[in-house]
Amino acid sequence: MKPALDRHRTREPLTARLTGVSHHYGKVQALSDVTLDLPAGRMIGLIGPDGVGKSTLMGLIAGAKRLQSGKVETLGGDMTSARHRANAGRRIAFMPQGLGKNLYHDLSIRENLDFFGKLFGQDRAERAARIARLTRATGLAPFMDRPAGKLSGGMKQKLGLCAALIHDPDFLLLDEPTTGVDPLSRRQFWDLIDTIRADRPDMSVLVSTAYMEEAARFGHLVAMDAGRILAEGSPAELMAQTGAGTVEAAYVALLGGEPPDHPAPKVSAPTTDAEPGPPAIRAEGLTKRFGDFTAVDSVSFEIARGEIFGFLGSNGCGKTTTMKMLTGLTPATEGEAWIFGEPVDAQNLDTRRRVGFMSQSFSLYGELTVRENLLLHARLFHLGHEVTAQRMEELVPRFGLEPYLDQGAASLPLGVRQRLSLAVAVIHAPDILILDEPTSGVDPQARDAFWQMLLELAHRDGVTIFISTHFMDEGMRCDRISLMHAGKVLVSDKPEALIARRGVETLEDAFIAYMLDAHPAEPPADEGSLTVDATPDHDRPAPRFSLQRLLAFTTREAMQVRRDPVRLVFSFVGSAILLLIMSFGISQEVRNIPFAAFDQDRSPESRAYLSGFEDSAWFSQRPPLADADEMQRRMASGELALALQIPPGFGKSVRRRESAEIAGLIDGTDTSRAGTVESYVEGAHAHVQSVGAKSALALSDLATPRAPGAAQPVRLEPQFRYNPAMESLPAIGPSIPPLLLLLFPAILMAVSVAREKEIGTITNFYVTPTSRAEFLIGKQLVYIGITLLNFVILTALVVTVLDVPLKGDPGALVLGALLYAVAATGYGLVVSMLTKTQVTAVFAAAILSVMPTLQFSGMITPVSSLEGAARIMGTFWPTTWYMGVSVGTFTKGLGLSELSGHLARLAAFGPILTAVAVLALRKQER
Amino acid sequence: MKRFLNIFWLAGKELKSVLGDPVMVVLILWSFVFAVILEASGAGDTVYNAAIAILDEDKSTLTRQVAAALDPPWFQPPVLISSDQVAPEMDTGRFMFVLSFPPGFEADVIAGEMPTAQLEVDATAVSQAQLGTDYIQNILLSETRAFLSGNPDAPEPALRLELRRAFNPNGDPVWFKAVSSLLNQLSLLTIALTGAAMLREREQGTIEHLMVMPLTPFEIALSKVLANVVVVLAAFTLSLLFVVQGVLQVPMAGATPLLLTGTAIYLAAAAAIGMFLGTMARSMAQFALLVIMVIIPIIMLSGGMGAIESQPDIVQRLTMALPSRHFLAFAKAVVFRGAGPGAVWLELSLMAGLGLAFFVASLALFRRSMSLSG
Repeated sequence: MKPALDRHRTREPLTARLTGVSHHYGKVQALSDVTLDLPAGRMIGLIGPDGVGKSTLMGLIAGAKRLQSGKVETLGGDMTSARHRANAGRRIAFMPQGLGKNLYHDLSIRENLDFFGKLFGQDRAERAARIARLTRATGLAPFMDRPAGKLSGGMKQKLGLCAALIHDPDFLLLDEPTTGVDPLSRRQFWDLIDTIRADRPDMSVLVSTAYMEEAARFGHLVAMDAGRILAEGSPAELMAQTGAGTVEAAYVALLGGEPPDHPAPKVSAPTTDAEPGPPAIRAEGLTKRFGDFTAVDSVSFEIARGEIFGFLGSNGCGKTTTMKMLTGLTPATEGEAWIFGEPVDAQNLDTRRRVGFMSQSFSLYGELTVRENLLLHARLFHLGHEVTAQRMEELVPRFGLEPYLDQGAASLPLGVRQRLSLAVAVIHAPDILILDEPTSGVDPQARDAFWQMLLELAHRDGVTIFISTHFMDEGMRCDRISLMHAGKVLVSDKPEALIARRGVETLEDAFIAYMLDAHPAEPPADEGSLTVDATPDHDRPAPRFSLQRLLAFTTREAMQVRRDPVRLVFSFVGSAILLLIMSFGISQEVRNIPFAAFDQDRSPESRAYLSGFEDSAWFSQRPPLADADEMQRRMASGELALALQIPPGFGKSVRRRESAEIAGLIDGTDTSRAGTVESYVEGAHAHVQSVGAKSALALSDLATPRAPGAAQPVRLEPQFRYNPAMESLPAIGPSIPPLLLLLFPAILMAVSVAREKEIGTITNFYVTPTSRAEFLIGKQLVYIGITLLNFVILTALVVTVLDVPLKGDPGALVLGALLYAVAATGYGLVVSMLTKTQVTAVFAAAILSVMPTLQFSGMITPVSSLEGAARIMGTFWPTTWYMGVSVGTFTKGLGLSELSGHLARLAAFGPILTAVAVLALRKQER
Repeated sequence: MKRFLNIFWLAGKELKSVLGDPVMVVLILWSFVFAVILEASGAGDTVYNAAIAILDEDKSTLTRQVAAALDPPWFQPPVLISSDQVAPEMDTGRFMFVLSFPPGFEADVIAGEMPTAQLEVDATAVSQAQLGTDYIQNILLSETRAFLSGNPDAPEPALRLELRRAFNPNGDPVWFKAVSSLLNQLSLLTIALTGAAMLREREQGTIEHLMVMPLTPFEIALSKVLANVVVVLAAFTLSLLFVVQGVLQVPMAGATPLLLTGTAIYLAAAAAIGMFLGTMARSMAQFALLVIMVIIPIIMLSGGMGAIESQPDIVQRLTMALPSRHFLAFAKAVVFRGAGPGAVWLELSLMAGLGLAFFVASLALFRRSMSLSG
């Protein structure tokens, strides 16, 4: 079955050679024992549906992925050698899968290309010349200043191609470059590739695709399934080998399946047109605008009962939005739609019972089993026990779900998941099914089976089906279709009628013809070469470190931060708010302690004693207590923090100079507050005695000891250094910026790296000669700047709002802040090495910076009180030393010389942390 | 009836997802067992192991006796320093206190001349400075009296103040910290879980699935709130019984059913806040940032880290809008003071009202949020 594999290894020159390559992600085997030679100077197609290992294979060849086992040689060198990768990187261009995945969406076309040019060490003039030539040739020149995120799918792919070609690579790898792109752009894209090939016949191109129709273009095909090479050879060879008429049929045959009949059979035309009543779906001028962007532009159509109606168009042409408007998920900006004559209304629950919906991505609960998913939906439609059981009995075998009933939905193969989604969508026997791209990513065989089910539903059960797709062959299977492009319906009719009307061969040709009618201005690629005449200087070894590349990352990051200010606002406003909240929240100052007196004596002496508390600013008096019960009750209600009980005969004892006792009851629930209250009460007690000495009342005499010389034999004179008034804010204010200036920079820095990993732009770091230090330090510089700005804001707030004067040397504080900014961003880089997604980056950075700071930096417990492991942690924690600088300059009034020890230690953290991150960063994806 | 059933089935689904995720279970265990124990028994703001130095220019029996009395766990063994070391050592923060005895201190005491000992205090940590000064004063006085009479039980002044603490007679800091730590875990978990559940449905597109079924946003939102309240309340109950009352030995003065009722109301309010954030955020990353911004005030301004009365007036008025403040007041009353429903009805209704407000607000944002992530 696999003669191609047994063939002798070729003797012609190779771009890449793989020997026994296997790759797995966790338990999933992506590639198993692949051995493959890619001849040089050819255009090679890698075909197969999603998930068969095409992307992994390309990533390994390009050096973007780390090799697990086997051997990969690209451009004549071993890709496990970092040195070879750095040199080969300048001759390879890799365009990863996903529309514009390696582009920076908030940067314009020019800025994107400029960035890529800098990574390859081109000077300003060279970059300008290359960018001008590439954009002219691809027709992007008129849109130079448009952000990449606002380009159509086709334009994004052209920009991606320009970025790939900026350094004149010898080996171009394109991973599914045309998936989800409209047919016209697709055709233009392939024309461009042909032009390039004609220009530079020695360039090797490796392209992967899930569109089998495209495969016929390639000179050499490699068919893959389940991590293995099924066969290789020219399209004609593959078709001859399997006896199939098309590449798709050949592929299915290679899989071991029956070649599907082509074109797919259509069960007889709808039999239901006799059914009375309004059409199943009618849309009139539906329009949806997001800001100034019109996603759907005045779309009108009508779908008859029992019909299969298709929306055919590329990603982002408005198919999904139109479907969402029909289901009431999103309100229409203009226009109206009716389902069975009833206007679509988000509040109307009854029409929802008649509709089944399957959204674009798999949208069932992965953590529930197949059975639970079906039951949940049946219950939410209130089908009742009998009907539910009956529907389950009917649907489970019909959709082939028996073997999977008790499996978690998340672990199902893609094709089974699609069937489950469909079963769930029809569990309540709806009259209309709305299916948004239900078959994307599914292999041809499973797609065929899926369509059989749809045809059965429509033509046996009379269900009206509204389906969207970007596959032309699926369009052919619909009763009627609408061709959609850029938010507009170009035309609606039977697919055969559309082809006939344009007098062309295929639906794709008809589509392109209609697109050209609608957008005659669509610029065709200009004449002009995409490649430079001069042979690029690939043989010079790549410099290990380049300041230009480092600064390219800095400039780019700075532009991105400026364009997407959410993170900056979060940092500046968030830290300001937290500074205020924490200053007031941690305040240990206790004021207005609510107290009440239980005066059982009511003598002048008892009143004199109590007046000492009433006059104090620390206490606030509440109505007096009448009896012990009331005292218990009001303490228990939390109203009182303190109750003072003066026993009967207090005055008499005082007058007789006998011993007397006052009882105080403190609310002990909040222990730290109770401790403070206790010391205030003792202070007030002592004060009353000394004041009493001056009054006629003999209170003070009571304090006079009976045994001479025994009481007050010494005095203690406390000097409250740095904060003589013992105010809370001057003590706490300067200790909070050290926490915030670690927390926010660490979060921003970690998110910035995690974002590149999540979005996929990190591929640019993997496949270009950029070194790890250039990538990380380049980004870090921006956040050091942001941290310093943040420092200025916080310092201003501490001085003005918290009213804490800066007594010491501002120079020492600024120097400390600079060193600390390097340390804090370095710490963020280290955290980012541990995280893959932005969410974990945020939480990890937050927890890993707040916890140690609160525990070990002296913010709550003075460092001098720490011992053992906590002391060691404190010593190796940058905040400890910056805390010393901040509190030292603000509260203690210190200068550079006193703080030199702190500053010297602080200086060590930044470089060490950054170095750790640089060493921990992988130059290849796992 | 149908509505009720819908909420029931949806909440069941929610429960399965939370409990089916091992990470979540570990997280909940961690929060309610280890985090509570760690936080409750960690060193606090009372004086503990404070660094003290003595500048002894007297070098007498009395000064040595005082130095020996400054003992752990409150103070580290005192270090003897010279007068020119005082300022630099205080500046670098090596010592919190420096106690200096002038020459002839002991002789003056014996002569009854009331000599003065100086105490340099690093007042950059206010409460430790205040409390430590009080301790040192007491130690100095009692040691001097003992020195003079040769008897540690020296007579006391005639006008005595007898202070007692209600509800926690020994002033054990673990009690209060255990309760405020429980509040922190409750808030963080409930808000993060509910909001993340909402965002996960949006990001995975399952919410669209629910929205095209005959279900209302009210049912969807309420089922999430209920499911998360049930999970966290169960964890809270176990933690209360086995960790707080078991391991940490915190006594419970009031009625446990009342505490659980109030906790359920608080959890519903916290879940509503989580829901609100979940509908407001555009992505999981934004949600994470929002949670950090919201959870810190909720924890810091609830009264657990500093008394409500010591906040400035305007802040006190703002914190009225925090359900956590009312919950802490409620929990303190029930756990320590043994308050009955009559004493805490106001806190309960404030929590319920705030929860309702956040819930209504998140319903208002519900549909808008769908088009955001679409």
